[in-house]
Amino acid sequence: MSEVFTIAVLVAVVGSAIRLAVPLLLASLGETYGQRSGVLNLGVDGIMLLGAFSGYYAVLKTGNVWLGLVAAGIVGLILGLASAVIAVTLKAEQGISGIGIYLFGLGMSDLLFQKLVGTPIPIDTFPPLDIPILANIPYIGEMFFQHNLVIYLAFAAIPFSAFIINRTTFGMNIRAAGEYPDAADTLGVSITRVRYATQLIGGMLAGTAGGVLAISLGIFQQNLTNGAGFIAIALVYFGGFRPVGIMLGALLFGFVNALVLELKTLEIIPRDLSNLAAMAPAIITILALAFVARRFRAPSALTKPFTRGQ
Amino acid sequence: MKKTTIKLVILLAVFALVAAACSSSDDESGDGDFRIAIVAPSASNDLAFTQSIVDAANILKADGLVSEVAITDGTFVVDDAAVAIRDYASEGYDLVIAHGSQYGGSLQEIAPDFPETSFAWGTSAETFGLSNVYSYEAASDQGGRVMGIMAAALSTSGVVGIVGPIEVGDAKLYVDGFKAGVLIQNPAADVPVNYIDSFSDVALASEAATSLIGNGADVLSGTAQMVVGAVGVAKTEGVLWFGTQANQTSLAPEIVVASQVYHWEGILEEMVKNVKDGKLGGELYSITFANDGLVIEYNDGYDLPSDVRQLADDAIELIKSE
Amino acid sequence: MTIKLTHQQRRILAYSIPVLAVFAALLFGAIMLMLLGANPIEGYGEMFIGAFGSGDALVATILKATPLLFVGVGIVIAFRANVINIGAEGQMVLGGLFATMAALYLPEMPSVIMIPTVLIAGVIGGALWGWIPGSLKAYFQVNEILSTIMLNIVAVQLMSYLLRGPLIDPAEIERGTRIPQTERLAESADLPLLFGSDRLHIGPVLAVLCAIAAYYLLWRTPFGFRLRAVGLSEHAARYAGIPVRRTITIALTMSGALAGLAGAVLVFGSESHRMVTDGSTLGFTGGAGFNGIVAALLGGLHPIWTIPASFLFGGLIVGGQALQRAVQVPSALIVALNGLVVVFVVAADRYRVRLLSSDGRDEQITDEGSMPGGDDVTALGSVYDPAPRGTESFDTGDSL
Repeated sequence: MSEVFTIAVLVAVVGSAIRLAVPLLLASLGETYGQRSGVLNLGVDGIMLLGAFSGYYAVLKTGNVWLGLVAAGIVGLILGLASAVIAVTLKAEQGISGIGIYLFGLGMSDLLFQKLVGTPIPIDTFPPLDIPILANIPYIGEMFFQHNLVIYLAFAAIPFSAFIINRTTFGMNIRAAGEYPDAADTLGVSITRVRYATQLIGGMLAGTAGGVLAISLGIFQQNLTNGAGFIAIALVYFGGFRPVGIMLGALLFGFVNALVLELKTLEIIPRDLSNLAAMAPAIITILALAFVARRFRAPSALTKPFTRGQ
Repeated sequence: MKKTTIKLVILLAVFALVAAACSSSDDESGDGDFRIAIVAPSASNDLAFTQSIVDAANILKADGLVSEVAITDGTFVVDDAAVAIRDYASEGYDLVIAHGSQYGGSLQEIAPDFPETSFAWGTSAETFGLSNVYSYEAASDQGGRVMGIMAAALSTSGVVGIVGPIEVGDAKLYVDGFKAGVLIQNPAADVPVNYIDSFSDVALASEAATSLIGNGADVLSGTAQMVVGAVGVAKTEGVLWFGTQANQTSLAPEIVVASQVYHWEGILEEMVKNVKDGKLGGELYSITFANDGLVIEYNDGYDLPSDVRQLADDAIELIKSE
Repeated sequence: MTIKLTHQQRRILAYSIPVLAVFAALLFGAIMLMLLGANPIEGYGEMFIGAFGSGDALVATILKATPLLFVGVGIVIAFRANVINIGAEGQMVLGGLFATMAALYLPEMPSVIMIPTVLIAGVIGGALWGWIPGSLKAYFQVNEILSTIMLNIVAVQLMSYLLRGPLIDPAEIERGTRIPQTERLAESADLPLLFGSDRLHIGPVLAVLCAIAAYYLLWRTPFGFRLRAVGLSEHAARYAGIPVRRTITIALTMSGALAGLAGAVLVFGSESHRMVTDGSTLGFTGGAGFNGIVAALLGGLHPIWTIPASFLFGGLIVGGQALQRAVQVPSALIVALNGLVVVFVVAADRYRVRLLSSDGRDEQITDEGSMPGGDDVTALGSVYDPAPRGTESFDTGDSL
């Protein structure tokens, strides 16, 4: 049992947690923009899957991982646009349309993969990038500063998003659209435009998240995300609709998963109870929210389509 | 309102019936036609379980033994699989392959309803005493053992790691066999096994591999379709890999040493011939080294020391004689 | 350009919107079919035949629709209280597990007692899994979308654990194959078959009864009134003295109970009469937990209309699978097609609602009142009211 608490194990687990957290974080961040502006998009997993395939395919064809990321983001953007049209302009019931998008993304990504690629072909992955000086700090360096550019950028997106949401006019409009759309509309804020923007951002981030996943793993497969999109949605609530909170949620989820894996490797978890251990991330997330997290209110206009004059 | 709904339904029905009439569904098998249908749980390009049976059936088709191979993949819902199996049987397919251990309970109920149809159930070793059910399985522990021996011989750290999905069926068989093989070659070896409790979580599989490598493993193996994640990590870390179910060399040509490939076509051919002769079931098949159903396919791009190769060959001979 | 339509014409057009939406989606699907080298006309013909074209097909469709209906009715109840229940997947699993355990651990009893017992066990299992997020929300302000998503994950792992361990068929251990399934459950628990069919059991009948019961509950009982009041305006309901938190919890519990019943019916009506899984997330339920939500919405969140909606959606799924077999396209296409249909139907719904509102103005579907109150309510604000208040409506009895 004392093997668990060595520094080496901790370092390994944290590193693993960060890698597992990144796709969740990006997708959840994207969903946050949307939800802050009043739109619930349950189709995140589907967008991630199509983004993952697009990123994978782009890298397969061009050999350039960065092009792959861009492709993933663009596909996500397009799907975000579709979500926007459905939820904002057509004012469809948001929960359900999202499930439709999920199913579509799940099936389409698999279909394209089967028809355009066939037998899985591995692709290049992101080149490692150590941050100079910081990477050499004992233990901490290995945990945090020996990843790759994408991971650093993903974490940089957190304070960046917090800044945008809290300190820019755009962010204010987002929050207004989510909290009091009628009033905001009166003051000249175009709710439609704001929500379109957040859906585009959300889609782009979800697509990118999928691309990051596929390229990090160096492969694509049917249902690659394995439900990560739904976890990302759940994390929005965990994080109280705030980027930092979401980051913590993603890290917590990733950490528990990584820890469980490590415990399995060290054979501390008996094989019979392996399934019970696999529940840990989900249960701990609920408990953490129940007992630890501060309660944040949801945007009042969440899931309500906006029509002037209502 | 009810009237309009009825009108609409009629309209839809007419359209559909017209479409149906236009469809040329030919249920009759011509003479000499032998039609196979496969119902499988995962994707047919999963480079693992499902792909192996699909490839085998297609080989038979290319050889002219069967005229048609119908595939319904991705059917992880047992009830849906049951519907598919029933449907293929009633459409007159000669041999319906239920390629999923979880389908057994349903097949037990379906097979008696179609005494003219032959069913094959895998992986399993049970035909329910029915005369029109074959069963087939892979003695994957055999290849596991052989490759485990090689892994132990190649490992310098003495730690060989295994990534598995859920501890059931064929996966368990292989993992147990592999671990046993490692310990035969090196009784002092450490063989951590990590069942990630999912058949589809590729990211988790890759982190499992990372965790194993972090604990000293310099050779890895694993089974099931999500294992591609583990192979990717092995590739990045320069750790050797042994694959199973399909030839995984293409996933990481630098580090894949060998794969235990399932060649179902041999037993499938036998089944087809039996059915053509009128025997619809009642036999248990197993692919093994002895009947060339299991083959260790080596990666030509990896320079395997000849003494290790000799170990493997000896082990195979030993198993064949058992 | 405005076209003047009579009221009757508007209604016809309104009800045909979902049908047109389906057509539109199928049109897209036809393009994809052609790209894959399949004949769409033949394909769709097979799809219809596979769903409705024979006795067997109809039975398959009805059986597919049954869990959708159970779950859908539960979703309707929850939605009417302004709660979104994405946890039906997990609730079905728990229902199946509880029912299975009842059958395995109770002594041999005659069908007349056994069947209601196992079904009630299923109800309890699902209710529990609905109660947990309900109380977490009420007493700990844990958002129910989060808790239900997480509990779905927990449920699947629990199922794997139990079916691999304590509940596994002893024969599996003997054989060494260890398939995660139970033994063949007591025959006395087999759901009785109808009309001499060898597949059609009483499950669908139960589901329809539940739908009818839900209608009465929601529109003919004081509790239903309170529940709908909470759904329309939590603030106003609280002001009127209705125990909001308790009502929300009960709504989720009932929703879970119905999903649990769906799970139990799945097990005891199944071909194999055992509970089996492959460890995958949707393997046991077949996605009915999510598809049930779609069915509920297609039925306008009205329990009675959820019946035909489930039937048609079930037909879509069954037909899609028949389509796959007939023209041999990858199953993935069918999944994508299902998604497209859902998206199109839901997206087009706005026009349906608009056409139904008598003065053509946009339907008052949002509740302007539901607002800040200090508690973390991630409520599904837009309660889907199929008929505008004060105008002619087809869901009779609603004079609120």
